[in-house]
Amino acid sequence: MSVLVDKNTKLCVSGITGREGTFHAMNNRRYGTDVVAGVTPGKGGQDVEGVPVFNTFRSAVEETGANTAMVFVPPPFAADSILEAADAGIGTIIAITEGIPAHDELRVFNHLKQAHPGTRLIGPNCPGVLSPGKANVGIIPASFFKEGNVGVVSRSGTLTYQIGNELAQRGFGNSSIVGIGGDPVPGSSFIDIIALFQEDPETELIVMSGEIGGSAEEEAAEFIAEHVTKPVVGYIAGVTAPPGKTMGHAGAIVSGSSGGAAAKIEALESKGVRVGRTPTQVADIAVEILQD
Amino acid sequence: MDLLEYQGKQLFARHGVPVPSGEPATTVDEAVAAAERIGFPCVVKAQVLIGGRGKAGGIKIAKDAAEARQHAEAILGMDIRGHTVHEVWMEEASDIAEEYYASIVFDRSAKAPLVLLSKEGGMDIEEVAERDPGAIARLHVDPLLGFQAFHGRRLAYEANLPADVIRPVGALLQKLYEAFVAEEAMLVEVNPLVKLTDGSVKALDAKVTLDGNALYRHKENEALRNVGAEDPQERMARERDLTYVKLDGDIGILGNGAGLVMSTLDVVAHYGGKPANFLDAGGGSKAEAITSAVEVILANPNVKAVLFNIFGGITRCDEVANGLVEAFNQIKPSVPFVVRLDGTNDKEGRRILQEAALPNVHAATTMDEAAQKVVELAR
Repeated sequence: MSVLVDKNTKLCVSGITGREGTFHAMNNRRYGTDVVAGVTPGKGGQDVEGVPVFNTFRSAVEETGANTAMVFVPPPFAADSILEAADAGIGTIIAITEGIPAHDELRVFNHLKQAHPGTRLIGPNCPGVLSPGKANVGIIPASFFKEGNVGVVSRSGTLTYQIGNELAQRGFGNSSIVGIGGDPVPGSSFIDIIALFQEDPETELIVMSGEIGGSAEEEAAEFIAEHVTKPVVGYIAGVTAPPGKTMGHAGAIVSGSSGGAAAKIEALESKGVRVGRTPTQVADIAVEILQD
Repeated sequence: MDLLEYQGKQLFARHGVPVPSGEPATTVDEAVAAAERIGFPCVVKAQVLIGGRGKAGGIKIAKDAAEARQHAEAILGMDIRGHTVHEVWMEEASDIAEEYYASIVFDRSAKAPLVLLSKEGGMDIEEVAERDPGAIARLHVDPLLGFQAFHGRRLAYEANLPADVIRPVGALLQKLYEAFVAEEAMLVEVNPLVKLTDGSVKALDAKVTLDGNALYRHKENEALRNVGAEDPQERMARERDLTYVKLDGDIGILGNGAGLVMSTLDVVAHYGGKPANFLDAGGGSKAEAITSAVEVILANPNVKAVLFNIFGGITRCDEVANGLVEAFNQIKPSVPFVVRLDGTNDKEGRRILQEAALPNVHAATTMDEAAQKVVELAR
């Protein structure tokens, strides 16, 4: 088992005819992901290295049975593409695009919640989802990860690679790695993904990698205390970040007295979640728990 | 992106939020001429992106042209908590009867705009919230529905505002919400929102933060960027499309990916070092971007050592290595570098660095080792 993407994933890539879209769609296919379609308005009928391109998500779903979308189009078009995928009945939408305006994200989130409650959006501004040995949707460099029992959920891409690699060096693999993205309005929260890992029989331990900004980590701490029986190891990046500065991710900002790293670490630890102070410590703690 | 008070007021005015009239000025003569057009008494207000202007002497009332000159001379060029005043806003004086507070924040947790209104204005709202949370009326607005007239009335009544301002404040909040949505703000704050002695209401201050990701469709707002107030290295980085935040330490940091860079700062601090900057070279950085980034980092004279922490995904370590070699060819840095390359094409990257035999460049294999090494070298 794993979460979100696996051997049943039938992927449709929005923006497949773009340079980055083609590169990563083909990368995902080489990994074994079933890439069944692409969508680029005006390029319907063409193909990208054998993958048929459609003008609309609706026709792509009808013709190929696509059940998962990867959104790779530039920010001005990304919200529209996510809404189109949901409208076509796609169940899992993974949005890689960085730089989508926050008010667009707000409209998308609330519309999906009201009109498409069964649709799950991962991202935007995320590296995607990798279920080692099964499927890779997004830009996660799969070669650093192997199959295993650690579920990882993170707001950051490269930090996830760092932690995953440290686990791999200690001999541990992953059930799934889920990047929820660094934007102010992620489609899925830590809670959503931790709930999936809790239900996933293959996942024995959950690593959650958070960062400054917002209160998703504090909310996750409450959820973990009440609903999660599996061990969770935490990490929070941005302890040294000054208030009022956006640290690369649009969502990574300490505003006034809210969103600071210390409060997040305290919230998690007060609910019994062990928090590593460095990525290396996170891996050490995870290994210690798994070997117990 | 944060706006100056007067830029925020001009933005409000475009959406019908009532504000006092005024003019910006960058020189003393301009300020005096503006004051004469506005009439006396006239308020001289320092325009800086930091609070506490009044206490610092950055807001003064002038009763005639001589006083306007005197105040403008004192305020222009003044330092307010590290921010130099390059501009003043000359504004008509307001006869204030009462001071309230209003704001709209982008509530990430609720995934909806949150409107706040309080009868207690003119002071720090976080203090009010702590002392008397009941004094602040709160309302989440469904972004798909938008702000309705009854929302304004409900807030005004719940904030216990006097009967005569219920409607005007409600109307002002509706226009403020229009501005928040139309300009794609992350925050609009009016503190104080005043009732004048003639019974009208106005936004006497304006704090506006716009979404940087939405500026591409608001060219008029992009032009409001306060270049003069920007740190020189931060401006240099922005012009080169690099994500850079200046910090007050002495260890220059470059990494790829915001989370990894934040984590690198923390790990350096964990081992006793002080980062001089945050620099995310981004995913898929090419050699030229790396060379450019080194220039930005070294433009900060405080930097005594530099740490490269790369975990290549889309970013290729050979590109990073080539960029560093090119940077050494061009600028011959005088400070030591510690370089940790892991991930995509890491072996090739390390080979390039070894063959180039750059002076004072130290390789490290793990993030922790790299951090410890650079902290030692910066001592």
